[in-house]
Amino acid sequence: MSRYRQTLADHTYEFDGLAEVMAKATPLRSGDVLAGCAAHTDAERVAAQWILADIPLRTFLTEHLIDPEVDEVSRLILDAHDATAFAEISTLTVGGLRDWLLECVTRSDAAARLRTVGPGLSAEMVAAVSKLMRNQDLIAVARACEVTSRFRTTIGQPGRLATRLQPNHPTDDPRGVSAAILDGLLLGAGDAVIGINPASDSARATGDLLRLVDEIRTRYEIPTQSCVLSHVTTTIELCEAGAPVDLVFQSIAGSQAANEGFGVNLAVLQEGMEAGRSLGRGTIGDQVMYFETGQGSALSADAHRGIGGVPIDQQTLEVRAYAVARAFDPFLVNTVVGFIGPEYLYDGKQIMRAGLEDHFCAKLMGLPMGIDVCYTNHAEADQDDMDSLLTLLGVAGAAFVIAVPGADDVMLGYQSLSFHDVLYARRTLGLRPAPEFEQWLVRQGMSDADGRVQPLDIDRSALRGLGASA
Amino acid sequence: MSTWDRMRAVTPSRIGQPRVGETVRIDEVLRFRAAHAAARDAIHLPLDADTLAEQIGALGQGVAGVVESRVTDRAEFLRRPDLGREPRTVVDIPADTGADIGIVVADGLSTTAVAAHAAPMIGALKEVFDGRLVIAPVVIARNARIAIGDAIGDHLGVTTVLVLVGERPGLSVDDSLGVYLTHRPRPGRRDSDRNCVSNIHPPGGLEYRAAARTLAALVDGARTLGASGVRLKDGSTSLSC
Repeated sequence: MSRYRQTLADHTYEFDGLAEVMAKATPLRSGDVLAGCAAHTDAERVAAQWILADIPLRTFLTEHLIDPEVDEVSRLILDAHDATAFAEISTLTVGGLRDWLLECVTRSDAAARLRTVGPGLSAEMVAAVSKLMRNQDLIAVARACEVTSRFRTTIGQPGRLATRLQPNHPTDDPRGVSAAILDGLLLGAGDAVIGINPASDSARATGDLLRLVDEIRTRYEIPTQSCVLSHVTTTIELCEAGAPVDLVFQSIAGSQAANEGFGVNLAVLQEGMEAGRSLGRGTIGDQVMYFETGQGSALSADAHRGIGGVPIDQQTLEVRAYAVARAFDPFLVNTVVGFIGPEYLYDGKQIMRAGLEDHFCAKLMGLPMGIDVCYTNHAEADQDDMDSLLTLLGVAGAAFVIAVPGADDVMLGYQSLSFHDVLYARRTLGLRPAPEFEQWLVRQGMSDADGRVQPLDIDRSALRGLGASA
Repeated sequence: MSTWDRMRAVTPSRIGQPRVGETVRIDEVLRFRAAHAAARDAIHLPLDADTLAEQIGALGQGVAGVVESRVTDRAEFLRRPDLGREPRTVVDIPADTGADIGIVVADGLSTTAVAAHAAPMIGALKEVFDGRLVIAPVVIARNARIAIGDAIGDHLGVTTVLVLVGERPGLSVDDSLGVYLTHRPRPGRRDSDRNCVSNIHPPGGLEYRAAARTLAALVDGARTLGASGVRLKDGSTSLSC
């Protein structure tokens, strides 16, 4: 194991190996303190960042944080590494990569260059460079990355901000779910997906919800896709039973052990992707996977350790989850950034930083990245923090955000964005819905030609039938 | 009654909020802020274990006592979930009861939920298991998370442990109870080894009897399968989260 030394203001800091340098170089967050891997002082953190800046990118190809012998995510990262794509940046250090990225974004061919280099960047390289970057750096580079994905709508085009309409209900009541869908559609939401977290994970309840949303989608000819976020094994069962499955969902994490905690492995995810694709339900694309991630998920499953039992910092583990996602060509990926709790991200500042990191890292790795801009009631955060993060992510070019009626998810018990919040972001930042969905809004008389959602009396809406069963 | 009012009867969601421009009116903003303030305040209320023990006793159900987690106060509980998953000691509760079912009431993130729903939920569980399966004396766990049931269930020597836990408060609901089932509990169990029934908070959420029926089906399934978790699906209302 390499030993690293850095002197700052006459004090010499020592670090045992790459994992410790990575962890201690990470901007402060409660989860790393909980895991016992955070820098003890601000000065130690900067010392670690100096060291990290000088580490050659090539080091990450030979020095492993989690042993590939025992971890299939590590093996995936090594096997998927594209040496040709890496060639252009192979002589750079981590600090050099940061400078290269920021120089790149000023060029007219930035998007193409970033896309070319992406497969050459391993999860650990991307995590490392993000630790050195300021928030504006994360925003500038993410904005220059263009990642689009397709199923029935196109997600991720520049100048667009799509939404997952999340119509959760505490008991999966179909009338309650329908009412929330109606509310969201009238406010121009649902272009990324109409995605329900079921209160029950049974195949029957999941199938009922899938048929409910599919019936609404086909009745009103809405160009979007649906998803009930049950366990991937439940969804595979439903695909085989002929249920109308559009997207195949699974929560994933950045270590084999953490994925086992979710009851999945790479083979099951592959099976899920094949099951979804076999239905052939996409009209303009066949990207069927939908993944959720979030910093702290590995630690919360006590599955965050690397070689020698050394704790790996939560942000590096999060980016390793993107390496898992990347292997399955997803339609949507989002971090549930403020959902996992204050023991991982303590307050608004930490949530905001993590949201920008997650978005940057995923987009650089070529993922259609969205964010659940959210917080829980036991975190030190409020609506003002969400306004700030939404605005920053809108500027950074986020593919989509999650939205619920009145920002209040009554099933999962946390605050996400409201449909109105998305209208604010679209107007203030000049962003539009996904193109196919925007045209549908215009055809329904719900939006003007610029994609601005018009106030509409529900009783005059073509969708009023959705509320009739209530 | 307006269309929105009719729909509000079927969901607690904040649907149909009147628009001003593209946002909501000031009364909605303040209503939201008040709900957030109330939820935050509720998280920090201490659990009244004495009253809860009395209520459980009044059901004719024995109570083994109160177990503290390794956490020293509520603030540390929020920052250190690892310490909330382990009991400080289990010496004061009975060992090797040989009972089929262990019940642990953990305050979790909502002491309000536990105060409101733990006792009636235990009443409903007594009814569904009555005469069929033996329930060990109930353990109340303070500053505790779900996994604390692994060590307690192991010590009690029960086949299946049910942990009743206060779920994280939301804006509309700050008293939601979850019940987590772990078959053959012992330290080191993973989340994928558990099944859960969540959102128990009548009248708005799941009723006690409906929850108890689902749990009874899951317990029976776990006893047949010899395991709980993602492999256990009862085909009707099995829940795993």
